[in-house]
Amino acid sequence: MRRWVLPALLIAGLVGAWQIAATTGAIADALNLDPLLIPSPAEIATALWDSRSLVAENAWVTLKEIFFGFLIGLAAGLAFGFLLRPFETLRLTFYPLIVASQAIPIIVFAPILVVWFGYGIGPKLAVVALVCFFPIAVATADGLRAVDLQAVKMMRTLDASRRQLLWRLEMPTALPFTFSGAKIGVTFAPIAAVFGEWVGSDSGLGHLILQDNAQLNTARVFAAALVLSAIAIGLYGLVALAERRVVTWR
Amino acid sequence: MPAKTKEFGADSALPASDDALGVAVSVRGLRHSYGELSTIERLDLDVPAHGVLGLVGPSGCGKSTLLELIAGLREPTGGEVALGEGLDPAARLARCAFMPQRDLLLPWLSAIDNAALALRNRGVRRGAARREAGQLFERFGLAGFERSSPAELSGGMRQRVAFLRTLVAGKPVLALDEPFASLDAITRAEMQEWLAGALDADPRTVVLVTHDVEEALYLCDRVAVLSARPARIVEEMSAPAPRAADRDEAVTDPEFVALRERALHALRGGTR
Repeated sequence: MRRWVLPALLIAGLVGAWQIAATTGAIADALNLDPLLIPSPAEIATALWDSRSLVAENAWVTLKEIFFGFLIGLAAGLAFGFLLRPFETLRLTFYPLIVASQAIPIIVFAPILVVWFGYGIGPKLAVVALVCFFPIAVATADGLRAVDLQAVKMMRTLDASRRQLLWRLEMPTALPFTFSGAKIGVTFAPIAAVFGEWVGSDSGLGHLILQDNAQLNTARVFAAALVLSAIAIGLYGLVALAERRVVTWR
Repeated sequence: MPAKTKEFGADSALPASDDALGVAVSVRGLRHSYGELSTIERLDLDVPAHGVLGLVGPSGCGKSTLLELIAGLREPTGGEVALGEGLDPAARLARCAFMPQRDLLLPWLSAIDNAALALRNRGVRRGAARREAGQLFERFGLAGFERSSPAELSGGMRQRVAFLRTLVAGKPVLALDEPFASLDAITRAEMQEWLAGALDADPRTVVLVTHDVEEALYLCDRVAVLSARPARIVEEMSAPAPRAADRDEAVTDPEFVALRERALHALRGGTR
């Protein structure tokens, strides 16, 4: 009750206040802008409805970029975490490189990707995957290192092989960590996808936002941003739901 | 019963070769050190098959290290440890199950799946492993808790499941590292009675490390008092036998009390 009703009331109140402030021109006056540039929630809703097929088309493109980019980042992050686990030397060798991968500003990296791979989905997937990879890889690696050494000894006297140790002890220990990393990754993924589109694309919500912004179609910019937020919240919810279903012991 | 389970079938609590006769533990001139720090110096120990030896000593004297050496989890710096015919670490690991201080039940498994871990590690199917562990749940007063998650169990129950997990491994030697240290006094007394009963029903060769002299004298046939690091045996005594079923009666017996004072004296005095 309190979890849903109070936030809903707050959002409704904010939207209402925005509606009044926008229609009376209060925001435009305060910012010293043309009232045309400040869309009211009602105008945003209208823009969303009127351009629904255009927005949906572009949202679908962006959703695919986020979803598959996230999956690639997840796979690479898990692979790094798990495959390098048995080889401490390998892990230490790769760790600085992994950190460096995150230190490279995507803002520099993304345009190069467009030069290399063109306007298609490839560069967006790369940007999204790169952003998701780091928190997942680091969280998984840390999770595997959090394994209780006494429990390892216990498992050894219970005849566990190296593989059984991984599946029965190490992986379940690391799972909650991996999920934390995945939740961070999936939160950044939509921003990464939009950025990937800004650098060079012919479709997607980021592409739409860029075009509408140039044409001062602010209502549809907000409408696209709204859909993007919905995608982000939905994906986060999916990961959180998966976590609740899988990590039942917490 | 499917062929696979037969190997570890109902009577598999004891593996074929070491069977009901049990396995003796023999420690000869054992030395162990972490770099410069000597933890164990020239230690000799003998536990006959199905004997229960208690090791009592001050904190940090190397008792846990000694248990890990016996269990094959560590290699000695010098001397030798033999479990029956088994000398090298792999052979010791094959003959000894280790119960750590904390119960270390895996929270993602139910009580019965925790108890059945050793069977699952050996490739027994889940259903068969559960059936076999389930028989022990009934025998040892845990019936009805098979599906509980560890978090739902009390401290005493968790410790019982942890002990069953050790028992189900079917190893002839059990290395118990302060199994009841984390429990309150009442639960600990209950668990000591329970363990005494469990060992009567399913005898194994046991090395029990504890800091509780009374626990050692009540549960064990023989008790060795260790010195501070590096660990040496300063006193060795036979516990009153046979174990009385009623713990309260046992620990107030004059003979028991005299032995306890002797052990405590050795513990405090160290060498002489």
